[in-house]
Amino acid sequence: MIIYGVAILAFSYLTGQLCGEYLGQFLGVKANVGGVGFAMIILLLCKEWLQKKGWLDTEFEKGVDFWNKMYIPVIIAMSASQNVKVAVSSGFLAVLVGVVPVVAAFFTLPYLIKLSQK
Amino acid sequence: MEIFENFIDKNGLIVGFLVIGVLAFLSEVFSKKVLKGYLPGSAIAILAGLILAYFGGVITNGEKGLSDLPFLKGVGAFGGSMFRDFTIVATAMGASYLTMKKAGWLGLVSLLFGIVFFFVFGVALAYVWGIRDAASLCTIGAGSCTYIVGPVTGAALGASSEVIALSIAIGVLKAILVTILTPLLAKKIGLNNPAAAMAFGGLMGTNSGVSAGLAATDPALVPYGAVTATFYTGLGCLLCPSIFYLVLDFFL
Repeated sequence: MIIYGVAILAFSYLTGQLCGEYLGQFLGVKANVGGVGFAMIILLLCKEWLQKKGWLDTEFEKGVDFWNKMYIPVIIAMSASQNVKVAVSSGFLAVLVGVVPVVAAFFTLPYLIKLSQK
Repeated sequence: MEIFENFIDKNGLIVGFLVIGVLAFLSEVFSKKVLKGYLPGSAIAILAGLILAYFGGVITNGEKGLSDLPFLKGVGAFGGSMFRDFTIVATAMGASYLTMKKAGWLGLVSLLFGIVFFFVFGVALAYVWGIRDAASLCTIGAGSCTYIVGPVTGAALGASSEVIALSIAIGVLKAILVTILTPLLAKKIGLNNPAAAMAFGGLMGTNSGVSAGLAATDPALVPYGAVTATFYTGLGCLLCPSIFYLVLDFFL
């Protein structure tokens, strides 16, 4: 049943996000720390466990796959709901600090990767 | 007219599905017919979303782009953090746990490096600009991490509301720029494998920018970028108002 896949995804999401909330509180931070990351790892572990048990069928995978494929549309909707006006009309300092480090970071990435391969 | 308005209001999220579907279709056509596939349809759609968000902001004076228009509220719900995180988690289904574990160290290093890099860069630029008090500098530096770290730090340090607004603007600008530049620069900087995507997520950190940028580059890389980027905002909120502020205060 498709709903089993969606339910496992929901279980992973909720458990992971809750871990992130508690970790944030534990660290004294007003933010979720790594919730999505925990959720992804929980989902991957669930998948492996189900595979071993032989309970992973195509219907089940379809339930997760639908949301996987909805990802790009969600991102388009997210872009359309950003506060773009404030970003482009906040004066020169905002543009300077918003743009220069980002461009610099892009060109740092290859060195970062090279460094880690040593 | 009133019936219609109520109807749209009641079915907001479904209207969002339709609007985004149409936008994605038009972008795909534009990508194929006009640009001959030079930029993928998803990249055009994300860019079109940002442009529409700008006009939404101009028309309504609101903060949520296109979704501030009453009949497009559903677009905001569809693109909100709940759906965003839920679908990102779903992308993990296609990822390999082993690869993530192997590149975990690189992810951690780039995460810490990324936060320090953006913070120091942001503070230095603001300092050159002539800002001298530690709380304002720290808030601006935090803003160049993400648009959440900025205001959280500013509120913790008691920065002025102008500086907090500035830090949000910087963070939003970063997210937009990462979105646009990632598909354009990916090839040049070797962003074409899971390990590189994990380093990229940690370095850039802006959740929305990284996830949108990688989606437009290669959707298979999204889970790897997201798994590190998700720690960035939390760590930034932890480090900026505490250790970074103390160090900054010591030097000034």
